[in-house]
Amino acid sequence: MDKIINWARSNSLWPLTFGTSCCAIEVMMAAGASRHDLARFGAEVARPSPRQADLLVVAGTIVKKMAPRLKMLYEQMCEPKYVIATGSCAISGGPFMYHSYTTVRGADEIIPVDVYVPGCPPRPEGFFYGLLMLQKLIREGETVRKPRMRKKPVLAALPPGLTLSQIQEEIRMELETVTKRGLFGGRI
Amino acid sequence: MDASELISTVTTIRPGISQREKCNRPSVVIESVNLLDIMWSLQSREDLGFDMLLSHTAVDWIDEGWFELVYLLYSTKHGHYLMVSTFIPRESPVIATVSPIWKIAEWQEREVYDMFGVLYEDHPDLRRIFLDDDWEGFPLRKDYKDDFMLERPE
Repeated sequence: MDKIINWARSNSLWPLTFGTSCCAIEVMMAAGASRHDLARFGAEVARPSPRQADLLVVAGTIVKKMAPRLKMLYEQMCEPKYVIATGSCAISGGPFMYHSYTTVRGADEIIPVDVYVPGCPPRPEGFFYGLLMLQKLIREGETVRKPRMRKKPVLAALPPGLTLSQIQEEIRMELETVTKRGLFGGRI
Repeated sequence: MDASELISTVTTIRPGISQREKCNRPSVVIESVNLLDIMWSLQSREDLGFDMLLSHTAVDWIDEGWFELVYLLYSTKHGHYLMVSTFIPRESPVIATVSPIWKIAEWQEREVYDMFGVLYEDHPDLRRIFLDDDWEGFPLRKDYKDDFMLERPE
């Protein structure tokens, strides 16, 4: 029964239209328009209300002022809910990582993220690959018997065998050697 | 009115207006005490007719110790542009507001206040526009630092 439910869930993801910058042009407009056609994957029903959506596509830069709103939108969504972070800004802060007084360094500092799609911005094909990864994750993933399984993040374009915690550890080591304050002001 | 004609007309408004060098657009430098006088005549004179303030911003010249305030004017009647810039000291950044002349200057001056901390005399509502109200410091100043910022590793 879980399998059927998960199959149904994975093929009818309703994304929330949350676009704060240029990534929204690619993943919401270009991907949704007729050339690339998001409807092929059953995810074309973009909703302007978090109450009716179950996929939050963080498309764009998150600044400090936007962060509480993003958290609120995520909390308003009904379970089960999934998050894709697209583009370098939503993954790590991207070009605004250093010397920025406002940009939050990655959406995963605020909300849990299931799939990361790299690019600046990613092409619609890249976004589709991330979406298919998420569908795969939903199909294999969370069931009544295995709850919270999908909290482990999946990276869309990484070689197998490499995990997010390894990368984070590497970055942290590298940054700690060159800056005295440590990564993200020592908060992680 | 072409560019050189415009410059020569503007510089005759009153003494102390000089042409800015190395500019590909008509551009003058004025003294900050005469700002309101000059702006009023730029806006009201029939042959100049600058009825639109396109942009107002500031530049932080930290080594020289002053802020450069830049006003980009446009005339919808004649279709010409003029860049007016003036310099105020970094230690006491106070200047008269031009919001009685162009209403839009209210918000543009709020933005400059938000980012650079320039204070506008007689501004009707001088408070932060983009950042949070309890923000400390002015982030576009060259010497701005806070705990959130990351330094780029060399």
